[in-house]
Amino acid sequence: MSTGNLFPQISRCVAILALLATGAIAYAQDAAQKGLAIATEQKQRDAGWGDSQAEVSMILRNAQGQESERKIRIKSLEVQGDGDKALTIFDQPRDVSGTSFLSFSHATEPDDQWIYLPELKRVKRIASRNKSGPFMGSEFAFEDMTSFELEKYTYTYLRDEPFQGQECFVVEQRPLDEYSGYTRRVAWIDKNHYRALKIEYYDRKDQLLKVLELNDYKLYQDKFWRPMVAEMTNVQNGKSTVLLTHSIEFNTGLEEKDFDKNSLRRAR
Amino acid sequence: MTKTVSAARASAFLLLTASLPCAAQAEFAGEMGVQQRYFLQDALLPEQERAQFSVYAQPEWYHSWNDGYDSLLFRPFVRYDEVDSERTHIDIRELIWLHVSDNWELRTGIGKVFWGQTESLHLVDVINQVDLVETIDYEDRLGQPMVNFSYIMDMGTLSAFVLPYFRERTFAGPDGRLQLPLPVDTDNPLYESSDEERHIDWAVRYQATLGDWELGLSYFDGTSREPFFVPAPNPQSGEIQLRPFYAQMQQVGVDTLAVAGSWLIKFEAIYRDVLDDDFFAAVGGVEYTSVGVFDSMYDLGLLIEYQFDERDELSWTGAQNDLMIGTRIVFNDIDGTEVLLGVIQDLDNSSTRGGLIEASSRMTDRWKWRLDAYFFSSDTPTDVTYAWRRDDYVEFTLEYYF
Repeated sequence: MSTGNLFPQISRCVAILALLATGAIAYAQDAAQKGLAIATEQKQRDAGWGDSQAEVSMILRNAQGQESERKIRIKSLEVQGDGDKALTIFDQPRDVSGTSFLSFSHATEPDDQWIYLPELKRVKRIASRNKSGPFMGSEFAFEDMTSFELEKYTYTYLRDEPFQGQECFVVEQRPLDEYSGYTRRVAWIDKNHYRALKIEYYDRKDQLLKVLELNDYKLYQDKFWRPMVAEMTNVQNGKSTVLLTHSIEFNTGLEEKDFDKNSLRRAR
Repeated sequence: MTKTVSAARASAFLLLTASLPCAAQAEFAGEMGVQQRYFLQDALLPEQERAQFSVYAQPEWYHSWNDGYDSLLFRPFVRYDEVDSERTHIDIRELIWLHVSDNWELRTGIGKVFWGQTESLHLVDVINQVDLVETIDYEDRLGQPMVNFSYIMDMGTLSAFVLPYFRERTFAGPDGRLQLPLPVDTDNPLYESSDEERHIDWAVRYQATLGDWELGLSYFDGTSREPFFVPAPNPQSGEIQLRPFYAQMQQVGVDTLAVAGSWLIKFEAIYRDVLDDDFFAAVGGVEYTSVGVFDSMYDLGLLIEYQFDERDELSWTGAQNDLMIGTRIVFNDIDGTEVLLGVIQDLDNSSTRGGLIEASSRMTDRWKWRLDAYFFSSDTPTDVTYAWRRDDYVEFTLEYYF
């Protein structure tokens, strides 16, 4: 008898809870779908750039404001269906001049990496699982220098928010690679051109570690936006690194064969 | 019609002249430095010093043309040593013309190649002679005259070498430290081949990357870079010295590396036929790197390698049955500071071991310091380390890059 009275109430409760839960799930699904949709559009708009050659400076600053400059040249090749290939040649500081670095980034597997030491004429394979290490002593980690691939993250759309006067989507990106140095990244993507304007990096304890701001975007080939200034600030140790792109050229005729160990050995 | 042709010609000419300065490219760079060695114990011989000062320079001229498909590299090396006349030496490390085509490369001149994967011993790397007066770690090599043709395939790179002239190994002179038990008579080497240093050596090598694997296979036929020693009176002084004897050898080599997560697994093996005798030698081990250890910026690497050689103790090979354990600390700072510490223990003879420290860091963009130290210990006169038992030393180098 009493159960007859109680039952509708319980079922109503369950029904309400279920409704709330499905609502939350639906909302989460919406946020995930929207996050992925934004990332897909971002990747899509940058597809087809082919190859490029860039001259870049890295300005390293410590907490006391002391500066040191590195000069590098980066040759890049777009690879359809996988991560990109890159050959980086170091020009400065002079003691590492001629050292070059070859990487094949992959969407879901560890990258393949080799370094060439000109004094020894030796090509060394690098264990690339540890991608969280700093690149040339800078605040950029190796994983920050590799290409953006959809399969590397799961996405959650967080909110709309303007950044430096531009309307942006704010999207959380959680790396799927358990060896990433980050639990998540939060990216501000502008609604007009789907360019990342700012990225926050959270360390393995989910504390804010670094903030990257990308400025002076230039349009190449009427399609591809590239930031001429990218400043990474480590909020935990006060150091920062500015990546300055002095020049970048597209369609320079680079091919697969320009990205092998023989070309690494020849790189100047 | 003529107008367009001449316009086209003019623009072609303009393009040509405009592209010429870009097509040819010249560079000058290099390094020089001062070095102070200090030996921790009094020497075995009265004429040997405890301090050894030297200066060195290694400039480099590079010129490329034909849109970079041709290039010439000239890299001489010179060291003046205050104490050791044999360590005062000049060498052409490289003077080589490189021609690159679509799927092949041709290197002609004096050059340097590196074969292999391991850190503590370079067994398969037999093209360039060891410049032993520079450092005792076998990492410095003399320039080797060669014609080297490489054919590049999807399946890897196949290289052939013709080596028309042999370079003798360098050894410390009578006043220098780090000598063998007797002075080496480098002026009177002996050869198995009647062609002596003009014997034409040849080699082939196949090198490939197969996913997480690196594989190298090599074959060498010619004058062994590693000499035997024959005690004999010096023709001038009559003093008993060690005359280096360079025999002919045939060697098959394999070197491989596998990436397994944060581990690198490395292995090299050779099978060598020399003076109607043959032997097997191998070195293998692992390198593990941990990034950002203990929540710091530092990378910590661990190196373990085991060395095996079938030859007996009398062959002057220190790697019969030895274990190397080392650690590499990379500071990841602006100055690029790195420290490598290592010990090599002879497993047959517990008294025989060696230790090393290699540290370096930048002071400015052009100046760098380097500290190297080697320690030797042995109670066994037949062991190669025994000759250096009182030659523990610390070496400080200031390097300038231009």
